Amino acid sequence: MEFKENFPAKAQRRKEKLQRRIRPVFAPLRLCGKIFCLLLLCFASCKREQRQFAQPPSNFKSYDVTMSDLHPGSPGLPQPVPNPSDQRAFDTNEGKRLFTQYNCSGCHFNGGGGIGPPLMDEKWIYGENPENIYSTIIEGRPNGMPSFRQKIPDAQVQQIVAYVRSMSGQLRKDVMPTRNDTMNARRSEQRTEREKPQHSSPPLND
Amino acid sequence: MIKTMSTTLHTCKRLVALTAALCFSSCGGIQSAINPAGPNAQSLSRLWWWFFVVCSIVFVLVMVALLLSLRNRTRESSELVAPVLEPPAEAERRRRNVIISATTLSGITLFVLLVVSFSAGRSLTADLPHKNGLNVDVVGHQWWWEVRYKDVDASNIFTTANEIHIPVGVPVLFSLQGADVIHSFWVPNLAGKKDLIPGKINNLWLQADKPGVYRGQCAEYCGMQHAQMALWIVAEPQEQFNAWRQAQTQTSIPPASDSLKRGQQVFLSSTCVMCHAINGTPAGSNIGPNLTHIATRNTIGAATLANTRDHMAQWIKDSQSVKPGNKMPQNNFSEADLQALLDYLQSLK
Repeated sequence: MEFKENFPAKAQRRKEKLQRRIRPVFAPLRLCGKIFCLLLLCFASCKREQRQFAQPPSNFKSYDVTMSDLHPGSPGLPQPVPNPSDQRAFDTNEGKRLFTQYNCSGCHFNGGGGIGPPLMDEKWIYGENPENIYSTIIEGRPNGMPSFRQKIPDAQVQQIVAYVRSMSGQLRKDVMPTRNDTMNARRSEQRTEREKPQHSSPPLND
Repeated sequence: MIKTMSTTLHTCKRLVALTAALCFSSCGGIQSAINPAGPNAQSLSRLWWWFFVVCSIVFVLVMVALLLSLRNRTRESSELVAPVLEPPAEAERRRRNVIISATTLSGITLFVLLVVSFSAGRSLTADLPHKNGLNVDVVGHQWWWEVRYKDVDASNIFTTANEIHIPVGVPVLFSLQGADVIHSFWVPNLAGKKDLIPGKINNLWLQADKPGVYRGQCAEYCGMQHAQMALWIVAEPQEQFNAWRQAQTQTSIPPASDSLKRGQQVFLSSTCVMCHAINGTPAGSNIGPNLTHIATRNTIGAATLANTRDHMAQWIKDSQSVKPGNKMPQNNFSEADLQALLDYLQSLK
């Protein structure tokens, strides 16, 4: 009889003892679990962008671009050709590197303009769409812009086109270059406010 | 018992032999710090051996002491024993002596190593300006080495890449700089490491006492192709070096045949000209390696591939398949243009 009466109390005591022993082990474990879940969230930001080493075929083709504003058929602008480099931070940064290394800066002066027109303002003489900039680079323009046809691979032209558009903030914030590697001539493209593109006529030469 | 011990000993011996063989397989190579070929590397290698021998002896002694203490340990008794409050004076004295002598010995050992290390460090940074040697600028790029030989006579200045020739027995002063990120210049047979930092010039001198070819490697992680950023140092007798230098200061050989002329035209009218220079032609860009005398170099792509016609073709067509991430774009030349270009590049001796 005595044994039976004692039994629940004994079990209770044993349970409490067990809990006392387990609690200090489980509390940190639970904390670890929470931290782990938070860390898992960090992985969501991985592989934001897949790097491609083999150059994909270009979206633009040299024969797509024309020197003339005249289009056959019904009036209206042709459909803009999307530039895949507009979506990739790597490409806009490569464009920035090439802009300096291919000496675009020699005339356009970090986008501020000098010998060539500025690229960081709202004025676009030959259009603000990617294919317009592409054709400017490939064909060249009157009054000094040379043609880089065959000199720059299409994939790199696309990167430069994306970068040129980022200079006046035309791209998504998260793909635009965030810093200047060398001379800090201007604030980074990411910190540049978007300029609303306007058509402009070429500057008059005297 | 004895039999097990002897088997264990045998296994141990075999293990030690195998480990030693593995370790020493790296000695005596063209890229090994313990196969020194110059005064700088000599002092580093001496330092290495000092530390190796001293630390090995210390390790063995500590292990022996540990084993002895394990053998002489007191057996744990099942019942509680009252702690010894007053140990015998004799035992106490012995223990104190052991501790004092071991501490003193450690101190002396560390001091000796300090002196050895300090003197090696001194010899590395010995004053150089009056050694009157050769001055070479090295600029680290992702992922290749730009090499500029300086001279008081401007016509003797020239630029090359990834292969540095030096005369034997003459101190060479390297001015190191990074173009994009931090790299590190390391030719283990000749000197220690020195970083190439953007915006800062680091000086390193080295001297080769034995003629030979030594391999160098970027020793600071610099991006995707860090492992494929190597260089060769060719140490040769003074006359041979002078001849090489004389040849390198010349402008490129003009194309002699129609095929070579076409190759040059392909080079000048395509993507090549945007990054590479060939002295004596309108190509003058300094983004990629200077190709004025590309045919004299033993490797391409910063010692990634041997400089053969096939490798060159592969590199021009699709260098990304060889060294993914490098800055050279893929090129779509027609087969005839590619062959003409290869002919031309191979004629650039």
